[in-house]
Amino acid sequence: MAELGVIGLRVLSLLGLLVVSAALLTWLERRLLGLWQDRYGPNRVGPFGVLQVVADMLKLLGKHEFVPPFADRPVFVLAPAIVLVTVLLSFVIIPFTPAFPLVDMNVGLLFFLAMTSLAVFGILLGGYASNNKYALLGALRSAAQTLSYEVFMGLSLLGVVLQAGSFSLGRIVEAQQELWFCVPQFLGMLLFFVAGIAQSHRLPFDLPEAEHELTAGFHTEYSGMKFGMFFLAEYLGVILVSALMTTLFFGGWLGPVLPGWLWFVLKTTAFVFLFVLMRAALPRPRYDQLMCFGWKCLLPLALLNLTVTGWVLL
Amino acid sequence: MQLLFYLSALIALLAAWRVIRGVNAVHALLYLIVTLLAIALMFFMLGAPFAAALEVIIYAGAIMVLMVFVIMMLNQGDSAVGQERAWLSGRIWRGPALLCAVLLAQLGYLLLPAALASGDAAAVDAVAVGRALYGPYMLLVELASMLLLAALVGAWHLTRALKHRPREEG
Repeated sequence: MAELGVIGLRVLSLLGLLVVSAALLTWLERRLLGLWQDRYGPNRVGPFGVLQVVADMLKLLGKHEFVPPFADRPVFVLAPAIVLVTVLLSFVIIPFTPAFPLVDMNVGLLFFLAMTSLAVFGILLGGYASNNKYALLGALRSAAQTLSYEVFMGLSLLGVVLQAGSFSLGRIVEAQQELWFCVPQFLGMLLFFVAGIAQSHRLPFDLPEAEHELTAGFHTEYSGMKFGMFFLAEYLGVILVSALMTTLFFGGWLGPVLPGWLWFVLKTTAFVFLFVLMRAALPRPRYDQLMCFGWKCLLPLALLNLTVTGWVLL
Repeated sequence: MQLLFYLSALIALLAAWRVIRGVNAVHALLYLIVTLLAIALMFFMLGAPFAAALEVIIYAGAIMVLMVFVIMMLNQGDSAVGQERAWLSGRIWRGPALLCAVLLAQLGYLLLPAALASGDAAAVDAVAVGRALYGPYMLLVELASMLLLAALVGAWHLTRALKHRPREEG
């Protein structure tokens, strides 16, 4: 019984930590965007504007929960929950320190891939249930994009799996004692990062919710906390991809002097900053360019990476 | 563990029942996804975590997304629901019921003590699956890949730009 209590406590603490850091990320992103675009960003509420997060949350909670009369009600309500739950479940396998992955499964990496492929349903069904042409178009784009980029996301990870000899993330970090995988798997790292951006629908891959052509894409009809869940899931996705980059290619908790968890947080934060910088700096491509880039450029590169890694290891 | 196994088996069965009885195509597909996830959980508990992960990634994650995709594109309204309801009544159940009865009889036979004793179960991990696929089943893997290649070429041909196609009559 005491064991169950400890597990429960760990789950709750991780959950709290993730939700709070995702909420803070919304503030951090706006401040950083402001910095890079030569303006202030939100700086009125509380010290440096940190309490803006609380204000935004109160606003979202206070909004009218509106389900359009033409929507497919059960599916409409279910969709944001699917997105949020799958992203949160993915964090179960991340080894923050040697002692704190919630579960160190021997199929850990496959579990992550499974969860990302299930997350597509949330967006697809959200778009379908809204019964609205913008939402439907956004959802269709999103499904096509996610399926395409999922293919070589898996392939780009296999190089790491081959070198570490395991799908378990803990074992993958331990295999990087000598040399971080970002050196031998440089190509794999780039491919995974691009795929990760596409999976979390961030610029320059945010075609599913391109404001100038689709109003807000798949979540056009969503308001209040249901929209909040999509929003939270997007920021959690950014943290998830950053944490995975850290774990898979940059040695996870490994590092001199400082304690392991601090190294992990520092490395992850650096990638989160990179995400925001890309949003500030890059334009949005056309949809067909995006698909062509994925299938004609990135997929062959991922296959090449896998072949060369296998050849070298043999 | 045993309780969890039977619970997920029950969920799989109930969800499968809703797939067959459902009149709304998208809702039926959602139940089918639940069935697949429950089956993945059963694989996991039976000691085949790799098969469980692949079940979720390939069946629930990829194939079902394509199905939802197609049904969304068709955008059937309430008329389709009515038609489905009309189809799903009466004599249509005889064939499936017969097939299910045969399966049930087989299951009953397998659960007899004599049959249970001869079965053996062991955990199968990713390495074992890989060894089996690229050892004794190499030929099947190659054949499957050829089939997929043919499908790929076919899909490419169907979506080629119109100007390269031979002129159609009429």
